[in-house]
Amino acid sequence: MTRQRPFFVQFLVPAVLVAVIFAAAMFNVLKYSFLEFVPGSLNVGGFTLENFTRINRPIYYWVLLDTFILSFATAFFALLLSYPISFALVRAERNWVRSVLVVLAITPLFTGEIVRTYSWMLVLGSDGVVNTALKSLGVIDRSVPIMYTRVGVVIALVQFAMPVMIILLATAISQINRDCEKAAANLGATPNTVFWWVTIPLTLPGILSGFVVVFAWTMSAFSTPQLIGGGKVLMISNVVYLQGFSSFNLPFAAVLSLVALFAALGSLALMKLLTARLEQNMATS
Amino acid sequence: MSKGTNMRSILFWTAVVAILVYMTLPAVVVVATSFNPTEVMAFPPSGFSLRWYEKALTYPDFQAAFKNSLIVMGMSSTLAMLLGSSFAYLIFHYNFRGRGLLEAALWSPLIVPHFTTGFGFLLLGSHLNLTQGFAVIVMAHLLLVTPFVTRAVFVSLSNVDPNYARAAANLGATPTRVMFKITVPLILPGMIGGWLIAAILSLTEFTASLYVTASRTQTLPVAMYNYIREYADPTISAISALLILSTTAIMIIANHFLGLRRILGIDNG
Repeated sequence: MTRQRPFFVQFLVPAVLVAVIFAAAMFNVLKYSFLEFVPGSLNVGGFTLENFTRINRPIYYWVLLDTFILSFATAFFALLLSYPISFALVRAERNWVRSVLVVLAITPLFTGEIVRTYSWMLVLGSDGVVNTALKSLGVIDRSVPIMYTRVGVVIALVQFAMPVMIILLATAISQINRDCEKAAANLGATPNTVFWWVTIPLTLPGILSGFVVVFAWTMSAFSTPQLIGGGKVLMISNVVYLQGFSSFNLPFAAVLSLVALFAALGSLALMKLLTARLEQNMATS
Repeated sequence: MSKGTNMRSILFWTAVVAILVYMTLPAVVVVATSFNPTEVMAFPPSGFSLRWYEKALTYPDFQAAFKNSLIVMGMSSTLAMLLGSSFAYLIFHYNFRGRGLLEAALWSPLIVPHFTTGFGFLLLGSHLNLTQGFAVIVMAHLLLVTPFVTRAVFVSLSNVDPNYARAAANLGATPTRVMFKITVPLILPGMIGGWLIAAILSLTEFTASLYVTASRTQTLPVAMYNYIREYADPTISAISALLILSTTAIMIIANHFLGLRRILGIDNG
């Protein structure tokens, strides 16, 4: 070694150790997906490919499709609702407004899945806030079902996803060179034109990464579909749990976990590809 | 300012407020129902009572689960601070063979679904006969929260002027002395911020914990989940209110001392 590398070994060893433990955990999922399920037992048999052929059934296609649709809808609405907040968060003139916005926008990220899901149960339930309010306003006579529906699940999932979306969008908005907007305005563009033809295109990379991160993140949501879906809305996470803890079919649960993992990896790879193409286009135009 | 600009600005801020109401309404409802005197979760509450707080704080399952959560949180967030800081230092300063692979492994818990991680540790734990203790839970949490420390410390390291360390070394300080007298004090805000995020995320982690905890080691979110599935009274509202109010307080304090916008990299408004 020509150069002195203080702390190299001391810092490398624990990192490698922990990485190996994680790899071992993931390897166990992979291993179980190839082992035979013995009904009524937690023990598994020998090598088989049967678990992978089992996924080839309409019900699992529907669950996957549902997971995709719910994640897509969540990412779309989270984007729609987060953009104004991020914009205000970066551009508000008063410092205290920005501080209030950042605390209100980020705190939900740290209250945890259970607290947030439970809160939405109180809001969306048949005696919940929404139904009570609509009834007392005379809009409806009887409670409309929101719990145990896809709409209810998406309403809650969007709120969960927003802090992450807001962080990613705000980062993108704060990196805009404001001279571009000023130049457009000086050349006679109306504020609307500036927003749609300058601000939005300049934040497109942030929009794209926010969309895909939320999409991938929502694909692995568990407690919201579990409690608000109540078994009527099934995402892939809920089926993994059912297979693992109700049927004790650990090998098949392992296969479904791998499917979820590769779906998440696939969507992130797709984002990399799209972002690269986008940046190329922006550079050439 | 023209009339059009004014109108647009009013519309914009109305939309912002409406969206913020949507984001915060659930938390407000939970806090309000937690003071309900009856078992019905009425909103607005029909009176004022602290009975659900008393029940939440004296319920044996929650007491045990809270203790478990504190053990897991204390161990995993402290280990994560040490691991994340040293790992950030490693990838900030050194290039070495296998670095890409190591980075992939330690960043990937952000992408791998929590139930896949939890399931993996469940299988690993049963393979090693460790299903009844805290070791596997702490390990799973350590992996899930370390990336947040790594990121926070990496940002701190990028903001440190390398000349301080060089000057100290030129004046004859040993690498150990440079590390603990110069580098660590300069990146301490990042380490503390990272530790705080790690602690909160560990305390509230649910999905992976559901897989790796046993009934004796269940953490608070798991105990809350089990309670929600069996009972419908405002006890969970009381615990949730305590968690919401304490995290909000921590966020306000963190924003004041550490600057949330600076930590998140959105501070050139």
